[in-house]
Parts: sequence; structure tokens; C-alpha cells
Amino acid sequence: MIAEKKISTETNQYKENISRRNRTEKIFNVILLISVLFGLLMLTVLIIDIAVEGYAWVRPELFENYHSRKPENAGMKSAIAGSIIVIFMTGLFSFPVGVGAAIYLEEYAPKNRLTDFINLNINNLAGVPSIVYGMLGLVVFGRMFGLFSIDSWFVKLFNIPIESGATGGWKFFLFDIPWLEIHLPFGRSMVAGALTMSLLILPVVIIASREAIRAVPPSIREGGYALGTTKWHVISTLVLPIAIPGILTGMILSLSRAIGETAPLIIMGAFTYVPFLPKTVWDQFTVIPIQIYNWITLPQTEYRVHLAGAGILVLLFILFLMNGIAIYLRKKFEIKW
Amino acid sequence: MLRKNIVSLLLVLVISSLILAACSGSNATPAPSEPESNQSEPTEAPVSEPASSSEFVTLEGDVIADGSSTVFPVTTAVAEEFALVAPNVRVSVGLSGTGGGFKVFCVGETDISDASRPIKDEEIEVCQSNGIEYVEFLVALDGLTVMVNPENDWLTEISAEQLAALLGASSTITKWSDLDPTYPEEDILFFIPDPDSGTRDYMKEIVEEVSGDEDLRQDENTTFSSDDNVLLDGIANEKYAFGFFGYAYYINNKDKVKAVPVVNSDGNAVLPSDETVQNGTYNPLSRPLFIYVNQNSLETKPQVVEFVRFFFGPDGGQAIMSDVGYSMPPTGTYEANLELLAGSIQ
Amino acid sequence: MLRNLSKTSIFSFYNPQRVRNIRERIIAIILFGCGIFSILVTIGIIVSLFSEAIGFFLRPEVNLFTFLTGTNWNPLASQISPENFGVRPLIRGTLMIAVISGSIALPLGLGSAIFLSEYASDRLRSILKPLLELLAGIPTVVYGYFALSFVTPLLKRVLEDQLGIHVSFFNAFSAAVVVGIMIIPNVASISEDAMRAVPRSLREGAYALGATKFEVSTKVVVPAALSGIVSAFIIGISRAIGETMAVTIAAGATPRMTLNPLDGVQTMTAFIVQVSFGDAPAGSINGQSIFAVGATLFMMTFVMNIISASILKRFREVYE
Repeated sequence: MIAEKKISTETNQYKENISRRNRTEKIFNVILLISVLFGLLMLTVLIIDIAVEGYAWVRPELFENYHSRKPENAGMKSAIAGSIIVIFMTGLFSFPVGVGAAIYLEEYAPKNRLTDFINLNINNLAGVPSIVYGMLGLVVFGRMFGLFSIDSWFVKLFNIPIESGATGGWKFFLFDIPWLEIHLPFGRSMVAGALTMSLLILPVVIIASREAIRAVPPSIREGGYALGTTKWHVISTLVLPIAIPGILTGMILSLSRAIGETAPLIIMGAFTYVPFLPKTVWDQFTVIPIQIYNWITLPQTEYRVHLAGAGILVLLFILFLMNGIAIYLRKKFEIKW
Repeated sequence: MLRKNIVSLLLVLVISSLILAACSGSNATPAPSEPESNQSEPTEAPVSEPASSSEFVTLEGDVIADGSSTVFPVTTAVAEEFALVAPNVRVSVGLSGTGGGFKVFCVGETDISDASRPIKDEEIEVCQSNGIEYVEFLVALDGLTVMVNPENDWLTEISAEQLAALLGASSTITKWSDLDPTYPEEDILFFIPDPDSGTRDYMKEIVEEVSGDEDLRQDENTTFSSDDNVLLDGIANEKYAFGFFGYAYYINNKDKVKAVPVVNSDGNAVLPSDETVQNGTYNPLSRPLFIYVNQNSLETKPQVVEFVRFFFGPDGGQAIMSDVGYSMPPTGTYEANLELLAGSIQ
Repeated sequence: MLRNLSKTSIFSFYNPQRVRNIRERIIAIILFGCGIFSILVTIGIIVSLFSEAIGFFLRPEVNLFTFLTGTNWNPLASQISPENFGVRPLIRGTLMIAVISGSIALPLGLGSAIFLSEYASDRLRSILKPLLELLAGIPTVVYGYFALSFVTPLLKRVLEDQLGIHVSFFNAFSAAVVVGIMIIPNVASISEDAMRAVPRSLREGAYALGATKFEVSTKVVVPAALSGIVSAFIIGISRAIGETMAVTIAAGATPRMTLNPLDGVQTMTAFIVQVSFGDAPAGSINGQSIFAVGATLFMMTFVMNIISASILKRFREVYE
């Protein structure tokens, strides 16, 4: 028999232990608070820094005018339109593919080397510089490997009517419906931009969604199977609703990043001066970060300090709105147990 | 209990961040500090009326331009004016850099390529192999300005030889006194555009011509940046600084830096200005800026023709050049350009 | 009615079981396609990077061995020789930024996550979490300029004026600080989601045994959520390595073999940006060098991911 050690609540060792643990507790509280506050402090400093310079310049001209060589006339109308449309389409493209891949990897994939390789792959893709995605987007979506240029074998083989020149390519209507216009290749259009951005954020969406799905306890799934439903039914009605908040977190972070990127879009072909609103998704475009970057590099103080600051405030506001919607959705679908 | 702590800590956070922001602001270092210019409050935007009767009102289509960030302000300013007479023509301008601009130009994706240097041989080859013909137009001159800190009262002029001695890669000069014994014995802090910028390339050629040095200096006292604003701030804040970059950045910040007159080929020390750059007395640092127009676009797209014609007309480049901080090319260049244009569309 | 029909073989097509099976298969195939899509992306990246990179290495002026081991990166020197193409300064720049920003973001991010999931009330969490996520959306360009206009002067005031340590105008530390701030939300938000998903029963068991909140957080919740936390770390560091604009603006354009974070450095991504927006003609040796650098970066992250994946395998725990 093992001799029992008597630890009563009155021994000194016990009291020391407790007070030490309590002390650690309090110190840890403070450390945690500091870590949270640091991030918030930085955010506040940044925003105040910018707001001080740019606040006065957030006025109707900023939203009604296009870029001008006179600072008083300059605005970012086309950039705002471009950003909103591109982000909307990016979410549209990346959500299904990202969540689909996450579901496949967590629920369907067998534990073999191929799955490990896909995992490794996705983690690796998260670290590729954003500018490389821009190059990839240019080749794959913008130019489509040159398949639709005038002298390609593809065009000659199928006798496709190609318009030459800067806004050229094959323009047709899908099923001959007037507003289902399609341009191939996508060229320097918002579609190509959105697809490029989707590739950029896809790894993060997949990783975050996987974590969310993985966090659903197996017992939930097993309950579903025990009732005799099919795999997809279990996933769509039991697993996904619980995982949605985590998936939305991934989407929020990813779209937030996408809306602030400049380099990949410039490489892929976004313009910097676009003095008109896009008529279709196939038009030339610019986005807010590109406009801000352009203003920051101009010599006049009105541009690089005031207008740039105003532009950043507008971007932050759009971001806030976007995040707000997603957070509202996240709260709405949150299930606690 | 925790909540009360949090509220008080949040108050501390807001107050401390306000203090921090104020501290950084009052030290007037780069970008977001107190607005220095008179235009800190936005003035009312004067409304420009589009020309009521213009022959180009019905002209429509796209004009796609891309290329150098130096030429960008010129092309966009002309596009802005052009939109007043031809409101249905959509001109888009990109910022891929001179090299990037040629890359897309030589595969026929753009109508106009902005360039801060003449097209290079390897790029000509690419254009030829893709069957792209083009017309080259000189559009403006950028008077590269040599700049020092306003407190620098010893450097009153500089010659091309001195520039080469200071900036060449094999330069042994580290202190001002090495350049001239009467100058202070302090290290010179260089602020120059980074590799891959057209501005730096141009200076490199000048240095090479003078001293045979094939490259510019790279050492601890040299700061590179692709953003001329950053170089400007560096020079404005360091007493012993020395640098060079585009005229537009100087003209908009005359109170922050001091320009150094350059001794030209006649032996006179000349400060860059609109006139001296245009009439050629400011040399050798006047950099030519070009646009290259796709021949096929001239033949098939009337809106491109009209845009280029407008560019070299009285309401185009001439009207906006001083606004954007560049100089007109020698008198007669625009007329010659118009003739060149007429000859190309026949 | 359908159930009765299903017993006859003629109507077996309308068998709901069979329809369900077909639907299941189709869905499984679609999802498999989504999974494989990521491999397509990788193939695309590898093809576009490595094809040009191989063209670069086939040039007589460049040598693969000196590329990987050389310590002098000067691609714009007028004499084009292998000595000017050693990539190690760029690698060092990238790693310095990654390590410093990681050491800022990982503790702060994890601390914030623990605070948000264990200590904060629901209402506080619903305010703080979105605010933190806002940090992720600030354009990277803005972070770059924030480094130059705020962090570097602060650093100069503290280190140069008080302690006499020289701080360059462009330095790796300022860039790393802002990159760290940029990735805090990535680490914090995803870790926090993982920790919230840990079943309450685990915590309550620990509390029942008399553990303090600190002990529950660090000894029960964090290990249980470890896979999510590590994923968050990986996302954060990956983003730090792949960050382009902020480091281009703030860290400088001077490749340098230095261990001093107060010097200016150039990262691999900054070099790619510099050449892409610059003047070099596309097919020149300079234009091609960016693909070689990009390919090197890709291989580096690949190796790091393999190593972390194998470490991860040992620590993964599954809780019910």
C-alpha cells in the first residue's frame, strides 16, 4: 500500500502553493491585457495619425470626382467602385472553392500521402508573396496562356472571331443572352482581378475553414450517422452550421487583406488612372489602395498627406462596414453548447 | 471588477495613443505631420465646364496607356483635359514602370506606352517579332535637380565632373571637405533613387560619360528609395545631405530643400526652371520623356488619333505642363510631333 | 408511395436511396475537385516561376552555385558576372523580418486570443475581436509609411538620442514591427476560434479540481486547441514572409549580409517589387532574376512547411 500523504488545507506548503498560483494568475492577467491593448494601441495611433491629416478632406468631391492634377478637384470615385466590385466577386469566387476544399480535406479525404501533400501544398501557398499571385493571375486569367491571341493555334483551329488591340479578345454572349457577356481572355478586367485575389486568399480561407470544421466534436457527426443520414446531409445540416462562425472569421480576415492589396493587382493589369465608372465587369478598373499609393508618391503635400489620409479613412470605413456585416452574420449563426 | 479595470485601461490607452500621435506629429518627420502648406484646408473645387460645342462629343472608344511613373502625371493631365472635349472617350493610364509598359506595349495590349527613357534594343526586338510598329514622340523634359539641405550654405554650384566624382561607384569622397577643402569636415549623406529607376539610370549615364564609372555609389552613407518623397524628406532633415531627383518634387517643396545650380556646357551655373530646361541652358541634367504610340491603333482607332493630336495641340501638353512640374521640350517639338502624326496615319 | 415503388426493379431509378447515392457521389467529386484545385494553383506557380528561373540559370553570366552561396547581390552592376548574383543577403533580409515580426506577433497574438476567449465577457469580446480584425485590413502600403513616419522616428529618438546606437533611415526592425502588428489579428483571431471550440466540459473539469484561470488557460485549453493555434502561427508567419509592400517601403533597397536589425536590408519580396515596377526590360537578366528569387522563396517556404508539418504530427491531440 502506498502511504497516503496528508495534505490538509492548513499546511504551509499548501498555503504557499495557493498564494504562488494566485500571484501567477494576477501577473498573467496583466500580461494578457497588455498584449490585447498593444494591438489596439497601435490601431488607435495609426488611425489618429491618419485621421488628423485626412479628415478635412473627406468631402463629397472625394466620392464624386475622379483623380485630377488639381488636388481640390481630386477624388476616388472609380477606385471605390472598383474596390467594392472586385471584393464582392472575390468573396463570391473564393468562398465556395475554399470551403469546399476544407470540407473535402476534413471529411472525405483518406489519410494517405496525397492528402498530406495537399495539406503541405496549401500551407505553402499561404506564404507565397502576393506579387507572385499577380504574375500568375496575369498569365492564367489575364492572357490565358495566349490561347486567344490572334495567331494562336486555338484561334486558327476553331476560327474564333478575335478583335485585336488593347481591349481585344473574343467577346460573345453566353447562350446569346445580352447581359451574359463573356470576354476571353479576361484581360485587364475586374473579373481577372477578382480571380487573382481569390487565388491569393484561398489558402487562408481553406486553413481557417478547416480549423473551424475540425473543431466540431466527432460526437455530433456520429449522432447524425447513427440516425442513418448520408454524409453530405450530416455535413450540411450538422457540421457546417456549427463551423460557420470560424469559416466567416477566415473570410473576414482574407477579404480584409484582399481589399488592401496593391502589388498583385498592378502586376495583373489594374490601371491607376481610370476616369470613368465601369459599365460591365469586363472594363478596366482601379482600386482604392492603388489610388492611395499613387497619391502618396506625388510631390504635392495635398496629395501625399491629406488626400492619401482621406483615402485611407474611406478604405477603413468600407472595411469596417464589410467586417460589420460578416460579424453580424457570425454572431447570428453562432451555436453554443 | 475586471470590467472596471478594463474601462480604466482603455482610457489610459486612448490618452497614451493621443500623446504618442501628438509627439510623432510635432517632430515633423516624413509624411503625416502638421500640414506645412497653406492648403491644409481643402479649397472649394472650381467646376470646369465641358466645352459645349465640340466636334468630339460623339467620339467614343477606349485609349489604353501604360508605363513610366514619371510620365504618368503628364499623360493623365492631358487625359483630364481631353475628357472635357471628348467626354465619351475612356482613357485609362497604368503605372507598370517603363519596362513593364514596353512589355505590354510590344504584345499589342496598349495603345500608348509612357517612357522615361528611349526604347531599348531588346525591347525593339520584341516589338518587331510581334509585328508591332510604333511612333516615338518627345513630350516633355524633366530637369533633374541636385538638392541639398537649406542650411547648406557652402555648396553654391556643382559641375558635371564634381557630380561624377561624388556619385561614381569608385568615389573616395566621404566628407564634404574631400570635395573641396573649404567645405565642412562632415560625412556626406547621400539620398538617391534606387536601382531600376529611370532617374538614376540617367544620372548613371552622365557619370559614365564624364568619369567612366559604370555605376553609382553604394555604401553606408547612401540611402536609396524608389519614392522621391522619401528622398525629399531625408534631404530636408539632414544638414549634410546631398541628393538628386525629379524637378516636380523640387518645385512643390521649394521651402524644404535647396537646389544647386549646375554648371552647363557653356560654363554657366544654371538653376532648373521651366525656361532654362526648355531652352536647353539647363544641361546636362534635362531628361527627355517620351510616349510611344502603336501604329495599328493610329490606323484603326480614331479616338487614339484625336487624343495624340490633342496632346500636342494648344490645349494639351502645353496647357498642363507647368501644373505637373515638367518642362516643355524645345520649341517646335510639338509642331514636329503633329507632322509626324499626320505622316503616320496616311 | 415511392418506398413501395422502389421494391420493383422497373422503377429502381426513382429509388430515393439511389438518387441520394448519386447525389452523394457528385458532391464528393465536386469537393474533391475543390481540394485538388489548390494543387493546380501550385502547379501554375511552379510553372510560371521555374520556367523563367531556369532560363535565368541557363544564362552564361549566372552560376547556380554562386547564386545560392554568394553573399553579394548586385544585379544592376554594369559588369554582369556570377559574383553579383548571390542571393544570401536577400534570404537573410527575409528571415530577419520574419523572425522579428514573428516574435512580436506570436506572443501578443496568443495573449490576445487567450484574453478574448477565456477572460473577456461576451460583450467585450464582440467589441475587441472586430477591432483587432480591423488591423488586418489596413493596406500594407499604409503600414509601410507608418513604419517610416512613426516607428523609425520613435526608434531614433529612443536609441540614437538616448543611447547613441545608430539607426538607419530604412531599417529592418521598423519594417518587422509593422509586419508583426499586421499579422497579430491573423494569429489572434484564428487561435481564439480554436480555443473557443474547446468543449466547456474540459475547462469545468479543471476548475472543479481547483485550478486557477491561468492554469486552465495554459494547461488545458491551449494544448487542446494546439492544432488551431499552430495553424494560426503558420498563417501569420507565412504572411510575414510573403509581405511585399510594407517591407519594400520601410526596410529599404540595400541587400546586406547583416545581423543588425537597425540596418537597412532588402527582402526577396522587396527585390521582386523593385524590379517589377522599375525600368528593366522584361527579358533582361534583371527581369529574369526576379523569377529565380521567387523560386528560391518558394522552395524555402516549402522546406519550412515540411519541417513544421512533421513536428506537428507528434503534438496533435483529439479531444472529445
